Amino acid sequence: MGMVTNAASFGRSGVHDFILLRASAVILACYTIFMVGFIACSSPLTYDVWHGLFSALPMKVFTLLALVALLVHAWIGVWQVLTDYVKCTSLRGVLQFTFVVTVFCYLAAGIVIVWGV
Amino acid sequence: MKLEFAVYRYNPDVDTKPYMQDYSLEVADGTDMMVLDALIKLKELDPTLVFRRSCREGVCGSDGVNMNGKNGLACITPISTFKGKKLEIRPLPGMPVVRDLVVDLTQFYKQYEKIKPYLINDEKMPAREHLQSPEQRAHLDGLYECIMCACCSTACPSFWWNPDKFIGPSGLLHAYRFLIDSRDTATEERLSELDDAYSVFRCHGIMNCVDVCPKGLNPTKAIGHIKSMLLKRAV
Repeated sequence: MGMVTNAASFGRSGVHDFILLRASAVILACYTIFMVGFIACSSPLTYDVWHGLFSALPMKVFTLLALVALLVHAWIGVWQVLTDYVKCTSLRGVLQFTFVVTVFCYLAAGIVIVWGV
Repeated sequence: MKLEFAVYRYNPDVDTKPYMQDYSLEVADGTDMMVLDALIKLKELDPTLVFRRSCREGVCGSDGVNMNGKNGLACITPISTFKGKKLEIRPLPGMPVVRDLVVDLTQFYKQYEKIKPYLINDEKMPAREHLQSPEQRAHLDGLYECIMCACCSTACPSFWWNPDKFIGPSGLLHAYRFLIDSRDTATEERLSELDDAYSVFRCHGIMNCVDVCPKGLNPTKAIGHIKSMLLKRAV
């Protein structure tokens, strides 16, 4: 018996996953609250306002930080859900791969878009 | 007064699949009894009905069953709890059924074994006994009372999906009982054994365990303490 380890998870241990999951959740929560607050407070929300927001370096960094947090959060979360419900290892591997590749695409697209503003 | 029951029946030697069997008991108006008493009366009517029981007073933890969707001990659950509704009695969920209401708890005990449920102390043996202050002893309250009826672990989805990897609420309650024991010196080793993605961290705190524990214990709280100990070690 002894420790149950898993290579497909994100962190190096259970506690590492636990910390990463919560840290990324805090970043995502802050980003969401900020965006909702910004949209609520800036009416009318014109192209110029939107462009101005994303032209600022702190906003670019914040956005990329949120995308990285999403990658980490989704990686761990999806792995937890899949290891609960998908018992066929090869199918789970394919699903995990698909999810992780998808979030990486979001991250890549995010970098290009944000840097293009 | 007529008491209505539907009991899960399955005898793998005879039945191709499980089925629910209806029973009824005629009792004097206003009488109450424990679910176990009713099961014993039903067994008088139908000797093929199989269930576990021993102390019949909530001490041994043998007669954990699922009553109208909620796990509990049949011997300390009054029939009146169900307010005259038909009572569905099923085996504890998620475990292999041996026969009728009897489940195979091997996996549950294996998880208990994993946490090394005994005192480990590598210090010199005291002449008479390991002493504890009343405060140190108080830490064990709410932990040592567990009778291992398996009501909590078999009510936990994380345990249903990963019974081989997630220790489960009962095992973790015991794990914390030894982690917090002032006489145990293996805290570090015990924590290292638990620090993986499944053993403790599959608990997402939905508290089904707390909801069903017939002894009124709080495994979620104990698991929270273990998580804090692991966290303190890591950061």
